[in-house]
Amino acid sequence: MIQQILFVLVAAFALGYAWLSFMRIRRNILLGQDEKIGGDTGQRWRNVLLVAFGQQKMFKRWIPAVFHFFIYAAFLLTQIELIEIFIDGAAGRHRFFRPALGGFYTFLISFIEVLSVLALAATIIFLIRRNILRIARFHKPEMKGWPFKDANIILYLEFALIACIFIMNSADMALHDNEYGFAVSRFLSPVWSGASEATLHAAERFGWWGHILVVFAFLNYLPFSKHLHIVLAFPNTWYAGLKPRGEMENMPAIMNEVKSMMGLSATEDAGAGMDEIPEFGANDVTGLSWKNLLDAYSCTECGRCTSVCPANLTGKKLSPRKILMDIRDRAEEIGRNLATGEKSFAKDQEKPLGRDNYQDGKSLFDYITREEIHACTTCNACVEACPVLINPLDPILKLRRYEILTESAGPADWLPMFNSIENGGAAWSMNIDREHWINE
Amino acid sequence: MAEMAASGESPEILFWVGCAGSFDARAQKITRAFAEIMTAVGLNFAILGNEESCTGDPARRAGNEFLFQMAALQNIQTLDGYGVKKIVTACPHCFNTLKNEYPALGGNYEVVHHTQLLQELIDSGRVRMNEGGTFKGKRIVYHDSCYLGRINGVYEAPRTVLAALDADLAEMKRSRSNGLCCGAGGAQMWKEDEPGSKRINIERAEEALEQRPDIIAVNCPFCMTMLSDGVKAKEKQDEVMVYDLSELIVNGMVK
Repeated sequence: MIQQILFVLVAAFALGYAWLSFMRIRRNILLGQDEKIGGDTGQRWRNVLLVAFGQQKMFKRWIPAVFHFFIYAAFLLTQIELIEIFIDGAAGRHRFFRPALGGFYTFLISFIEVLSVLALAATIIFLIRRNILRIARFHKPEMKGWPFKDANIILYLEFALIACIFIMNSADMALHDNEYGFAVSRFLSPVWSGASEATLHAAERFGWWGHILVVFAFLNYLPFSKHLHIVLAFPNTWYAGLKPRGEMENMPAIMNEVKSMMGLSATEDAGAGMDEIPEFGANDVTGLSWKNLLDAYSCTECGRCTSVCPANLTGKKLSPRKILMDIRDRAEEIGRNLATGEKSFAKDQEKPLGRDNYQDGKSLFDYITREEIHACTTCNACVEACPVLINPLDPILKLRRYEILTESAGPADWLPMFNSIENGGAAWSMNIDREHWINE
Repeated sequence: MAEMAASGESPEILFWVGCAGSFDARAQKITRAFAEIMTAVGLNFAILGNEESCTGDPARRAGNEFLFQMAALQNIQTLDGYGVKKIVTACPHCFNTLKNEYPALGGNYEVVHHTQLLQELIDSGRVRMNEGGTFKGKRIVYHDSCYLGRINGVYEAPRTVLAALDADLAEMKRSRSNGLCCGAGGAQMWKEDEPGSKRINIERAEEALEQRPDIIAVNCPFCMTMLSDGVKAKEKQDEVMVYDLSELIVNGMVK
């Protein structure tokens, strides 16, 4: 009974706190601008099923893909066992599903056990890849410090989760004269031979409580970690853009302004939005779209984007992964400051603090340097590489738009090109006709 | 185009030459080669000449949306003025902008890249290659441009065209959707590289040269510049030539 009360209290606290954290992230994502995301629902489902559930894009690199799949499959199926743990914990039962499912229960738990062994192997291999083999993409400058620790903490937690499952199952089997017949634990239970019933019981309880406590810790760790992708990969693939990759988002305000400038039919109020100081592109997360922020929170820092980026490969500062990490860090900063409710963060002291009434003297350019956004070739290799359909290119282009359109800044090298397009209709200023090639 | 319109003719297709194809000395040769192929098969095409303007791609990717809109709306006016339905271009950047970005501004055309048209001409037998093959025994490695390949998913058409050459075709380690950029896209063509350890075109040229090719085949005037410079920097310009697909076809076809 004490255990039941304890379990309900711990569960309520863990779930409640996690809920608050997830709501905080939701608020941070909604710091971004509205973006209508339409398009074919069928294609969206296909993306969720193939890319998120099916891990399709992971398999571009099959070694990590296979091991990642082990952990992923074990994680998904362990949810079944987790349901039982919740029922057992709250109702004070023991293996609630077993009587009803009979032989199928043995099969199910055995299946989870086998997957857990594979996941354990994968966890160890991932720790080796990060810490001993030191795969290059895990050791780029943006991975120094917390991001590197974060990745290892996740792997240690997975290790603990699986260890607890096997302590629980094997002790439980020994306690019940091995009648359960679980596929892996049957080989582990002999370890307990000679142990007293009290010891076995304590070990079983240790495993049970250990497992669920790590699950709760994990759940509450997620919102502070890059590991959030296990949740956000699904909505992120659902909301992923379906437009042609080569299409940059049109800016109707500018289009209409130019149309009326050229004397073309434009809507009557085309210039209406232009009376205020025009601000185009984005210099902060509040100028990006909520999808850009969802992208940033979905990023698990695997670095596939960075490892194929031509700029990064040739030693430039640009790293698509860092762009996403910076966006998330900046969203976190603004979210934290807004949560304090301090008037000093308000642009207009009279109005309530909020997304549109906020200033802290900083911008995204304090995180992302000009040099980084200038290095991009828009080749879309990062977009192609991301296993959860994040688009790292879109925010880069929005930052470029801000720099050119709002600040009238940008690389000086581009000015002659701009001038010749504006004055001569060509990307280069040339003294020859366009038909020149015919007569050569 | 103006002359054709004046005499009441309407061409099958508009050849969008692009800035590089018009003004870059090396790319002009690509323009001539492709025009020669179309002329040889009797394809009725037109060009806009001085009425053509930059599509706005480099301006847009640099962030200069005003300039892009000005260039694009101007072009759409011209194209619609002549009632253009179908466009072919030898530049993947023009191709992408005309195909994917003009519709949002009200310009709707059927746009093909010249490698797609070449494939069509070969498949239908309108372009036939010389027996014996000018390129027999030559080793050709093909470079996917970003804007034709990864961005628009056109991987097969250029490969089918190359297959008609009866040459020894090689692939780089990074090809198709994994192809490495030549370094020119996103308006990089018009600026110096940001500080780094290497130029992107050198990285790609090295990868192409690993395949020990006689010819590096490209489908983009900017890749042409970048890879030619890369090959030169590796001092291989006497052994390895960089050609556009249309130049290879025009040299091997029955005329």
